[in-house]
Formats: sequence, structure tokens, C-alpha cells
Amino acid sequence: MAASHIDTGAGVHKFAVRELSAWYGAKRVLHAINLDIAANEATAIIGPSGCGKSTFIRCLNRMHELVASARIEGKIRLHGADVYDGRIDPVLLRRRVGMVFQKPNPFPSMSVRENVLAGLRLTRSLPESGSDEIVERALGRAALWDEVKDRLDDPGVGLSAGQQQRLCIARALAVNPDVLLMDEPCSALDPSATAKIEDLIHTLKQSYTLVIVTHSMQQAARVSDRTAFFLSGALIEFSATDRLFTSPQDSRTEDYITGKFG
Amino acid sequence: MGLCLLAVLLPLGLLLLLLGAVARDAAVRLNLDFLLGYSSRHAAHAGILPAVVGSLLLITWTAILALPAGVGAAIYLEEYGRGGRIASWIEINIANLAGVPSVIYGLLGLGVFVRALGLGRSVLAAAATLALLVLPIVILSSREALRMVPRSLREACYALGATRWQAIWRVVLPMALPGMLTGSILALSRALGETAPLLVVGALTYVTFLPDGLSGPFTALPIQIFNWVSRPQEQFVRNAAAGIVVLLASMLLLNALAIVLRHRLQKRPS
Repeated sequence: MAASHIDTGAGVHKFAVRELSAWYGAKRVLHAINLDIAANEATAIIGPSGCGKSTFIRCLNRMHELVASARIEGKIRLHGADVYDGRIDPVLLRRRVGMVFQKPNPFPSMSVRENVLAGLRLTRSLPESGSDEIVERALGRAALWDEVKDRLDDPGVGLSAGQQQRLCIARALAVNPDVLLMDEPCSALDPSATAKIEDLIHTLKQSYTLVIVTHSMQQAARVSDRTAFFLSGALIEFSATDRLFTSPQDSRTEDYITGKFG
Repeated sequence: MGLCLLAVLLPLGLLLLLLGAVARDAAVRLNLDFLLGYSSRHAAHAGILPAVVGSLLLITWTAILALPAGVGAAIYLEEYGRGGRIASWIEINIANLAGVPSVIYGLLGLGVFVRALGLGRSVLAAAATLALLVLPIVILSSREALRMVPRSLREACYALGATRWQAIWRVVLPMALPGMLTGSILALSRALGETAPLLVVGALTYVTFLPDGLSGPFTALPIQIFNWVSRPQEQFVRNAAAGIVVLLASMLLLNALAIVLRHRLQKRPS
């Protein structure tokens, strides 16, 4: 897969998901999902725990298959190219489709700077010079530069939880992805750290395509352009975020967003 | 609770008593001449230099043979083969091997290394035998150390576009290293004290020379001690006591090194 691509601008589909089903062993966790994810937008995935929302985004960067006995059926296209094509190296795919996890997971033995550069070091693609610029740019994009510029050599795990999560975002951005998947990125954070990440999401979507799994409907309403509601592994409703929250078409969506269950 | 305390204090007390007796016997002979001397028919002139050098050489080669194989096996079992049929079959066998008496390993070494591979009664044959003996321990402790590395960090690596091997080499192994090191040193300190397999493989008991390379005959500390203990003269028994003190001291030193290393490496940046 070529690392460079033509930026297709807003409104164009980044991911086209067709009839996607996923299993862990004999347990089916996704049922024939059809979903288009638009470029340079934030798409939120909401639904009660265990509805398959995390599994869904893990299929997008082929992290799902890292679990033994996991498998999928159906098609996922990224810019028209089949993500599960045998000729596509999942490792290269993951450099284009970055991921941030539920719990901040900076590498404990590395400094702030080393954490940002970890992706490039791991994959031996760190250029000879210019690493300082990479660090500053990635931390800047993650809105963390001003807070850590004087302690780049301190351990990454010494930062606050919110800063650690933004460090993980910087680490993901440093490998130059064009999609960023976020799996409940604020669930381990306090409200003020959450607010910072949400602000960041607004800025990031100008340059990246974002897919955010969240258990908080308020968060989905605040940060996303479109929202998908999952229930028991099926996609129930997918539409513009304001529409989904103000006039849901499906009664199950309405029950969920009005707090009748979940 | 009183009973439990007794259960701890009684063996500890007996051990101290025993060590005290050994140390008293050893006191007369523990000097530089003893440490730097060679075997002799006269107890008062006999020293343990060939045994000490032999043991050092053995341990070094045991480490060189057992550690890469053990760590490699642990990485395979923990990171690649997990859950597979081959891996679980190997796993059961390793657990069983850890319980096999050391004499059996000696016989295996005699059959395979000394005879079949034609290494003779050499340092190399003995080191290979000891390496087999400690391999299960090295594998088990290395796996334990690998398992301590949180899954979330591996996932972080994969999400950054790292291959499995890159994740292992750059993130998992460095984090597992302190645990692996500790386990390996403890395994080696066990090898240092092994006597039975060396007797079977054919260590000498009366050596007036230093081991000449890897293919030559040799002796080791436990063998020398065993030999002296079985002599009727009381003076030789004193030699044995002094040898025991030297052996125990080096084992304690190794174990202390393991503890210090673990502490140091774990405290690093994290």
C-alpha cells in the first residue's frame, strides 16, 4: 500500500464497510455491518457495553485478528482498497490507521521524547536527523507541547493521566497516519482532562479521519459529526449526530439515548 | 501460629548449627594457599584451585549454552506458539523435565555428549549436560517474566505498525529482562552445586592441573568436596568443610547478584 495518497477532502468516504461480521471462536460479535466513514470527520460509535463497538474499530486496522481464534467476514475498503486483501500487509495498514486505547499506555521505560518517536524507532523508519521537529510537531498536534516542552527527557509515565493519553495520541500521530481510531479515549480520565481531549478531537478532524468509540452519549454529541448506534453486534442506526440525538428513527435508539437501558 | 513459627525456626536453627560446625572445621584451612593450591596426597597441602576454575568454566559454558536456548524457547512458547498444539505439547514436557532427577540428566549426558557425540569426559560435555538440566528452569522463569509485560504495551506496538518481532525485541524483551536475569542466575547457581550428573559424566577427583580448554578433563567444587568427605582422614574432612564454605559463599554471592540486578533494573526510569 502506498504511504502517500491524494487527499480526497471532506464528505468523501474513507472507509466503506460492507456486510462485516466478526467472531471470537464460535461467538459472533458483529452481524453484517454496513457503514461508510467520511474523511475529515469524527464518527462516533455508541452503544451499551458488549455491543461490539470496540471489535468494530479493531477490524478497521486489523487488530481484531491478533486475538487467536478471531476471524471476520465481509469487506472493508480504505480508499477503495480492500483492507483484508491478501497482498496488504496489516503492519503497513496500521501505520496509516493509528489507534489510541482506553487506558493510556505510554511505554514505561521511555521518556516523553522516546515515546513520541517509539513508532518510528520500532519500525526502523526514524530519519537520521530532524527527530526534534517530529517530536515538536507531534506533541504540538496533540496539544501537549507547551506542557511538556521542558521535560521531554522525563519518563512518559510521570505525566498526569490526561497528559499520558495525549502523549499516546502524539505517539500515534508521529507515524503519520491519516485515520485515528480512538477506543473510549476518555474513560480513564477526569472531566477536565476529558475536555482537553475533546477540544483536541475538534482540531484533529481537520487533518485526520477520526473514529471514536465512546460509552458517553454526551461526548458523542459534543465531538462527532456522525454517530452510529450499535446494539448486540448489529448497527441499529447511523446518521448525522444532531439527527440521531434529536429525532432517532429507530425505537431502540430512542430508548437508549433517553436512558431506558444501557 | 506458634506451630508455624516453630516450623520456621527449627530448620533455620538446625541449618545455622550445621553451618557453624562446618565453619569451625573450615577455619584452619581457609587461607590463600588453600584457594590457590592443587590436589595433593597430603591434606595440609591440598588446595581447590583446579576445582574453582573448573566450576567457573562449567558455569560460564552452561550459561552460554542454556540461556539463549532457554530465552528463545520461552519467546516461542509465550509469543508465537501460544495455544497451539505443538506449544502445549512442549509445555507439558518442560514441566515434566523440570522434575527429572539430576542423575538421569547425567546418564543422558554420558550417553549423548560423552559417547554418541564423542566429546569425551570434557568440560564441554559436562557443561552441555548441566545446560540441559537447567534449561527447564530458565524457560519457566523467562516465560513468567514475559507474561508480566502487560498486553496493552504489545497492542500499543502493533497499533504503531510494529511487527510481532519488533514489538518483542524493542519493548517486551527489555521489560522482561530483569525477571529473566534473576531466574537465569538462580538456575545457574543450582548448576554450580550439582554433583551427581558431573560424577556420571566423569569429572575427575584428583587434579593437579588447570582445565586445558574445553575438551580436556576437569574437576568441579562439589566433586572435590564429595571426594574429600569420603576420605577416612579427619584432615581431609576439614578440607571438605573449607570447600563447602567456598561453594556456599559463591552461591550466596550469585543469589545476591540476582537480587541486586533485579532491583537495579526494575528501578530504572519507570
